[in-house]
Amino acid sequence: MAYIPHTAEERRQMLEAIGVESIEELYADVPETVRFPDLDLPDPAAEMEVIEELQLLSGANLNTREAACFLGAGAYNHYIPSVVDHILRRSEFYTAYTPYQPEMSQGTLQTIFEYQSMMCFLTGMEVSNASHYDGATSLAEAVILALNFHQGKRNKVVLSPGIHPQYREVVRTYMQGLQLEIIGDESLQSQPGDHLDERTSLVAVQYPDFFGNIHDYSALAAAAHAVGALFCVVANPTALGMLKPPSEFGADVVVGEGQPLGIPLSFGGPYIGFFTTREEYVRKMAGRLVGETVDSRGQRGYVLTLTPREQHIRRGRASSNICTNQGLMALAVTVYLAAVGKSGLRQVAELCYHKAHYAAAQIAALEGYQLWNSGPFFHEFVIRCPRPPAQINQALVGYDIIGGYDLGSDYPELAGHMLLAVTELNHKEDIDDLVTALAEAAHD
Amino acid sequence: MIEPLIYDLSTPGRPGHRFPDPDVPESALPEGFARRELLLPELSELEAVRHFVRLSQLNHSIDTGFYPLGSCTMKYNPKVNEDAARLPGFAFTHPLQDPTTLQGNLALMHALQEWLKEIGGFAGVSLQPAAGAHGELTGILMIRAYHRDRGETQRNKILVPDSAHGTNPATTTMSGLRVVELPSDTRGNVDLEALRAECDDTVAGLMLTNPNTLGLFEEQVQEGVGRVQDCGGLVYGDGANMHALLGVVRPGELGFDVLHFNLHKTFSTPHGGGGPGAGPVGVLKQLVDYLPGPVVEEVEAGDEDLPPLYGLAMPAKSIGRVKAFHGHFGMHVRAYAYIRSNGKSGMRAIADHAVLNANYLLAGLRGSYKVPFDRRCMHEFVAEGQFEGAPDIHALDISKRLMDYGFHPPTNYFPLIVREALMIEPTETESKPTLDAFIKAMKEIAVDARSDPEILKGAPHTTPFGRLDEVQAAKQLILCCRPERGSA
Repeated sequence: MAYIPHTAEERRQMLEAIGVESIEELYADVPETVRFPDLDLPDPAAEMEVIEELQLLSGANLNTREAACFLGAGAYNHYIPSVVDHILRRSEFYTAYTPYQPEMSQGTLQTIFEYQSMMCFLTGMEVSNASHYDGATSLAEAVILALNFHQGKRNKVVLSPGIHPQYREVVRTYMQGLQLEIIGDESLQSQPGDHLDERTSLVAVQYPDFFGNIHDYSALAAAAHAVGALFCVVANPTALGMLKPPSEFGADVVVGEGQPLGIPLSFGGPYIGFFTTREEYVRKMAGRLVGETVDSRGQRGYVLTLTPREQHIRRGRASSNICTNQGLMALAVTVYLAAVGKSGLRQVAELCYHKAHYAAAQIAALEGYQLWNSGPFFHEFVIRCPRPPAQINQALVGYDIIGGYDLGSDYPELAGHMLLAVTELNHKEDIDDLVTALAEAAHD
Repeated sequence: MIEPLIYDLSTPGRPGHRFPDPDVPESALPEGFARRELLLPELSELEAVRHFVRLSQLNHSIDTGFYPLGSCTMKYNPKVNEDAARLPGFAFTHPLQDPTTLQGNLALMHALQEWLKEIGGFAGVSLQPAAGAHGELTGILMIRAYHRDRGETQRNKILVPDSAHGTNPATTTMSGLRVVELPSDTRGNVDLEALRAECDDTVAGLMLTNPNTLGLFEEQVQEGVGRVQDCGGLVYGDGANMHALLGVVRPGELGFDVLHFNLHKTFSTPHGGGGPGAGPVGVLKQLVDYLPGPVVEEVEAGDEDLPPLYGLAMPAKSIGRVKAFHGHFGMHVRAYAYIRSNGKSGMRAIADHAVLNANYLLAGLRGSYKVPFDRRCMHEFVAEGQFEGAPDIHALDISKRLMDYGFHPPTNYFPLIVREALMIEPTETESKPTLDAFIKAMKEIAVDARSDPEILKGAPHTTPFGRLDEVQAAKQLILCCRPERGSA
């Protein structure tokens, strides 16, 4: 066993020091009838055999390096500067634990502090935690914050139908034991504003919404505040490189999926949920938080702070059981934002925007296809297709193209519609190829 | 030694990463939405690289030194697993692609589900949960859904031992259920009398960590599990300590109805400075339909020429999704590589050497440190970080002094039922010379605690940072840098 260093002689000496004859004796407390099961697992494999086997599995997929990807819907195919993974591979970062011992963890702590700072500036909010599992669970934590803020006295949550369907589902999973009314997303025609009342604890929307639309939420935020509800925006962080931040609409909480900022698609995870809010809610917020302080030598340093909010102190009185953050993913986001910098993020956002608009115009000009969005959109848009999107996508694979997201199962009103995403990685030729392929796929 | 904040390294106008110019006609930007200001740093690539590399050097890590952090299983993270997760078919596949274009990923997830079922003795596994605490939430929501489905809505009580991780009671509250705390007995087990007294038709379940957080195998685990199940409750296993059970006993065969695995502990995926983890759950037959989805299923059996066809499916009575997409797939790849490398015989060897190392450390420290529940331990044990004749010395001082020897401290002040707790877990990947050096350091510290307490109180001395002022951090609450005023 390459990972276990013991020699036979060392084992003997260790057993002698313990005062037993064999390792088996150490398991005397384990019920004998079920002790030492015969596991039906493969035999051990050498490293070269393991990697060969995994290369075969990896090769059995169609990946976004081989095919042009126009699929988004919450996970986006962006370019990741090389520097990001080189830093991620520093094993001082990835083999460290949660920074509970700050004297030995300043690397992780300062990085998270820088992450928190960048997320605050990006969203326009005042505080950011050290992250959650993903965008969906960040939204669920925003609901928990709002319930906390209202001390459990408000039991209604209003979700816009334009929030990612899986995020809304996760909110419902999390809240199933808490007797809440979660409404507002019954159909595409639902207006969150129609549901506001004195029982409403939180109103949440997405920016740009699931269909790529860019809305001004100022009026809705003001209406939410008028009934004492908190206003939450699920934001795409790339879009914030060019669009005004949700703070300007009056958002109280801004959450979202950080994957577009330097994290590979990786079949859906691990990603990172960012969570930012106003300073007045910091004590109601779950999740780890890094704060600045000084050490015994007078040096500026960082520690995990406000831990009395957390489960390991509050136990049954904690409102969230969150324990880990997505430390290494927060590092990826921090390195990505440092690498692309102020002008780079705007450039990425604008490249996405221009290419998406070019693609939308070309596709809308095709016979049988129609652009569904009527107002401004960012890098995703909805196309009404002449054939079921599943069939079209199947045809696109033949052109080495990964097509869009079939909206019919989440939104019955949008059966026959496809959500397409375009990023800086899609060259004009890729887009033109897509247009040609769509034209050919329009007919059986 | 301090490294400037990244905003302090920023110079206005410094060019960052270069992207290509647009190759399509530009469209008008949406009116009224333009961003006025974006406060991101401006650095050259070299400046950024130096910054992050210098920061990395301020960390202790498994790759730089011993990390005997109880309950965290800080063992070696094999390098090949990192390469595996970065193979293009894994790293660059979109979660919403058509399943026919993802058969490699689905085959891998299916195999991992099957292996975890086999290792845990379960009938079903979902890989969705993102971390241990997330797996707990999943498990308790499943238990709740199971009872409600049977019309037993009065079952609202979850029994939690006083030695449990804080996540257990927090999870219970989050699920809308009520926590009833159970005391431990004099041998460090759950007090069976107290358990019996709580067993009635309002019990939804028991959350049990086994081996428990004292590192001890619950001596009457089957009796405790049986009692809860006799009154109609289900038993949740906190798999934080599953490490010690690999190939030794299957929790499913001990009667656990549901258990979460920590891939980042038991199956060697890196901790990443606090995540990402992964917390798949395994369940016995009666809970399979409640698993969070999607799970991977074999849609068509394979034959000699064709591999099986895999697909994603939502279990019939699923509690729903617990996160977007399919879980921390990158972690699934690493865990797959680890189980495949170690194989059938390797599982037992991992547990054996983890338990051997822990008992060896326990034998070496007994006499210098008080061990309140001194039995044969499993993969970890808990000592007291206080000494007679050294009234001012606490677990914290011992922990900080260990840093001067190049060791990360053990987990301290947990579990709560041991005063000044030091929870020590060496893991199987540490060699005898390392363990001997740690024992020597701990013994010297025990001597210094009485003869030279100041050297402990002032520790650490050799790390780049001295003790940090946590009170000031909480009081002044600086959570974000302010580049406009300079931040240091």
